[in-house]
Amino acid sequence: MTKKTLKSYAVNLIAVMLLYGTMVYLSESGVLSRYYSGILVLVCINIMLAVSLNLTTGCLGQIALGHAGFMSIGAYTAALFTKWLDLSGAAGYLGYFGGLILGGLLAAVFGFIIGLPALRLKGDYLAIITLGFGEIIRAIIENMQFTGGAQGLRSIEQFSTLPVASGICIISVGLLTALMRSRHGRAILSIREDDIASEAAGINNTYYRTMAFTIAAFFAGVAGGVYAHYIGILGAKNFNFSKSVEIIIIVVLGGLGSFTGSIVAAILLTILPELLRDFENYRMLVYSIALILIMIFKPSGIFGRYEFSLTRAITYWVDVFKGKRKPFAALRSRNNKETED
Amino acid sequence: MAMESVLITKNLGISFGGLKAVSNFDIDLTEGELVGLIGPNGAGKTTIFNLLTGVYQPTEGTITLQGKNVHRKRPDQLVKMGIARTFQNIRLFKHLSVLDNVTIACNFQMRYSLLGGMFRLPGYWREELAVKEKAMSILSVFGLEMYADTLADNLPYGKQRKLEIARALATDPKVLLLDEPAAGMNPTETNELMNTISLVRKQFGITILLIEHDMSLVLGICERIIVLDYGQIIASGLPGEIVNDPKVIAAYLGT
Repeated sequence: MTKKTLKSYAVNLIAVMLLYGTMVYLSESGVLSRYYSGILVLVCINIMLAVSLNLTTGCLGQIALGHAGFMSIGAYTAALFTKWLDLSGAAGYLGYFGGLILGGLLAAVFGFIIGLPALRLKGDYLAIITLGFGEIIRAIIENMQFTGGAQGLRSIEQFSTLPVASGICIISVGLLTALMRSRHGRAILSIREDDIASEAAGINNTYYRTMAFTIAAFFAGVAGGVYAHYIGILGAKNFNFSKSVEIIIIVVLGGLGSFTGSIVAAILLTILPELLRDFENYRMLVYSIALILIMIFKPSGIFGRYEFSLTRAITYWVDVFKGKRKPFAALRSRNNKETED
Repeated sequence: MAMESVLITKNLGISFGGLKAVSNFDIDLTEGELVGLIGPNGAGKTTIFNLLTGVYQPTEGTITLQGKNVHRKRPDQLVKMGIARTFQNIRLFKHLSVLDNVTIACNFQMRYSLLGGMFRLPGYWREELAVKEKAMSILSVFGLEMYADTLADNLPYGKQRKLEIARALATDPKVLLLDEPAAGMNPTETNELMNTISLVRKQFGITILLIEHDMSLVLGICERIIVLDYGQIIASGLPGEIVNDPKVIAAYLGT
């Protein structure tokens, strides 16, 4: 490990701890009302869902429309597990974390199974398969006894407070980011770039495609578990096709392949509908128009493939401060060019 | 140097439906040899590359790599056994950095697990550092080390061709298959490429089989030439013999 990477890890660690500290402070001090901290929990859940879907859709380049299906597997598994344990307090939290992992693992098993046809199918065909899979899961849950059927699962202990949810969200995003910057992540990216060339570079495409699906499903399952213990009541309808579409919209809007984009878009698209609550009648209209406008003016999503790097940003602004660099020089020269034309 | 056979094919052939694209293809590449594969368009040159790299499965005949039969192996397994290739139309990982293009080819030489990567365990640091050093040293052979952080897509055409060869070399191949490495290059670039290929062969001690239409390059560096027409070998031998062979002149070179 060089000194530079060590420094950059330290900077990021401090930033993450500050962020987490703020979250804990906000919820514990009572600055935020229950309503607002609830929205922030939903933001965390959506971030986890979007970033994990970005792994298959953005990084592997395969459109998957069944993410809500994996989420529901995680949600029901975790909820049933904690209900079965029926613990509270610190032991309850231990059971809750166990339930999340269990939910994630079961979702990963299904992710693996759905990943297998993904070896043969690509693009639209795969999208339809995953869509069908999501609906099958929903139908099964709706018709089973132990899931509470159409009535749903009630009185799930609400373990997912803001500090817990934001902590899990930060860890998940951190792990996925670390994954994408390891040999496994590069292999997944290389399949998106050119699957014939990746084979010629010794990448086992089958293995890595399945791996991407499995990992994405795992984190969707964990997010589902957090959701179940936030909302308290589960119904199969919460995980229908439109939920999957909602997640994919976040991913596309943020930028395929950009985790930064997914995070920003998840925040925007969770908060925007809430902000527009005062204009109840026009809410969905404004939401849709915002989506259309962004897609017209930035079809690659808000961030394209760009990833934000704190270390890079700090070095940049330190240089600006020292007078070595003019701020937004790149932007300015681009604007100048446009006026010249 | 010991003249050991590295790659042997016997009676190799493939049919697509009723069409015999390649038949009775026999070669015997010895260690460190540089062999040219030439022939008119549609003769089956690239098909042979696809057979040798496992993209197609032969319908007849055998391929032996260093004494091991490579029957029914996938392309990525063959890469691990020591056959690397480049493509006629460049296939780089365009939106990844030049360095990443090379380190991806070293993927199978690293051992650390999924969790090792996610949690940054010691193995991650050790292996990533070693691979980065290796990749940089390969890039420097091609004079690409200063472009390490550039996106592959932003490289000029000639350098993209070089990067593709660098990526193939990163897999530590015994045999390197180059599919028209000089396609679309001007004479200066072709000349530079010839020097690079000779240098690579010396430095890495590998066997090279190359497809090329640029006869100055083929005659300039190849020790042996195989001529293909309608999927069959019509001549093979030293460059001097090939250019004077009436069958080759009729089928490919012209007068």
